[in-house]
Amino acid sequence: MTNDELIDIEIKLLMEGVYQVYGYDFRDYAEASLRRRLTQWLTGSRFQTFSLAQSLILRDRAFFDTLLRGITVNVSEMFRDPPFFKAIREQVIPYLKTYPFVKIWHAGCATGEEVYSMAILLMEEGFKGRFRIYATDINEEVIRKAQEGIYPLQEMQRFTRNYQFSGGKGSFSDYYTAKYDHAILTPSLRDNIVFAAHNLAADADFGEMNMILCRNVMIYFKQALKDRVLGLFDNSLVPGGFLCLGTKETLERRQIFSHYEELKPRIQIYRKHYEKK
Amino acid sequence: MRKNSFRQYKAVVMGVSTGGVMALKLVLGALPQYFPIPILVVTHIKPDSDDGLAVLLDSLCSIKVKEADEQETMVSGTAYLAPANYHLLVERNFSLALSIDPAVNFARPSVDVLFESAANAFGPALIGIIMTGAGFDGSKGLLKIKENGGLVIVQDPADAEMDSMPKSALQLLKADHIVKLNEIPELLMKLVQGKI
Repeated sequence: MTNDELIDIEIKLLMEGVYQVYGYDFRDYAEASLRRRLTQWLTGSRFQTFSLAQSLILRDRAFFDTLLRGITVNVSEMFRDPPFFKAIREQVIPYLKTYPFVKIWHAGCATGEEVYSMAILLMEEGFKGRFRIYATDINEEVIRKAQEGIYPLQEMQRFTRNYQFSGGKGSFSDYYTAKYDHAILTPSLRDNIVFAAHNLAADADFGEMNMILCRNVMIYFKQALKDRVLGLFDNSLVPGGFLCLGTKETLERRQIFSHYEELKPRIQIYRKHYEKK
Repeated sequence: MRKNSFRQYKAVVMGVSTGGVMALKLVLGALPQYFPIPILVVTHIKPDSDDGLAVLLDSLCSIKVKEADEQETMVSGTAYLAPANYHLLVERNFSLALSIDPAVNFARPSVDVLFESAANAFGPALIGIIMTGAGFDGSKGLLKIKENGGLVIVQDPADAEMDSMPKSALQLLKADHIVKLNEIPELLMKLVQGKI
């Protein structure tokens, strides 16, 4: 048996233990990325192998939390994939404007960059006071970071460029204050955002959403977990609601696909039918 | 136990950066339509690039060239390019995986990420190739391929438009073959046909 095969066995055993002890289920995460993240975590720990670390992981919650952060931390950027946000502005907003109040679930929001992007977009499109974004992530630490809305100043150049390419109508610098080497987003952007911890692999759906964004989160899941999560989304969306995925994700070949139509080719925005076909 | 006396390769992985478009045109363009195993390619492209490079290469090559889709099963006679702003990885069951994990060696997609996952998935049944490029991305991944018993090819630095990626790889490991770009297609054919 090769060392790599041994490592795979250790990871399987560890994930089973983590599930039984803490209830976090990573058994249906795709192996390659999971292995990469776990290996990075191990390198930064004082243990040589997963087997040696396992004893402490299963007994010490604080130590487990470091592992949890290592596995679940996602990164994004404001207005990531500008054509996507442009399509929201041009193709989805006109529909959303027909509702008195709009509810949006941003699942797997990580440190919040795309949540604030959506809040900015909605403010510019006249939704002030008429929307709520439920921003959730499995990782409680990144939720706290998302709540703060503070990002490295050096990122602002890229975020500004994304904003402009996404059809931004204002001046991006109006949305943050620079302090030392950080950019603090305008606190009022947070007024309509509710941040909460939510585990897509275990928790229940959110009701009556007009739009759900889950971008580049399910790329880390195996098929079965992906279908579970899409089922959650399908249950949570109102008829005529919008499901938004990452640029390289598609609903095709998925169980719920027949309930949806693609709004625009190559931009992964899907609209739920009014009647199930 | 293997029935054949030669090594049965399951996949080829390639890493390339500066000068990559020309290099891929030359290498992929010279492979026959029914090249018997899949090819995975990371070339450093700008985060906002579309699939233009894959479309261009597809029009110039006999093999099929496309951007990798999430959880797509890779097949022979096809080269899969990592999409802009995503890492490309591969699973043991030949399914492709994408990730938005942070840049590695300042790059996303990163050659190291692809190579390490492929080395893990295919062990000795893998051919890894580093070609022209600035920087050092891919060196560690190529070493991992070698450590797992795979075969490693490096473009001769003297032949490379930018020699730092090949040089960096050669500083870290002893390549099985150091060849010019235009010798790579024939070498690959010999390897997959068991003639070497």
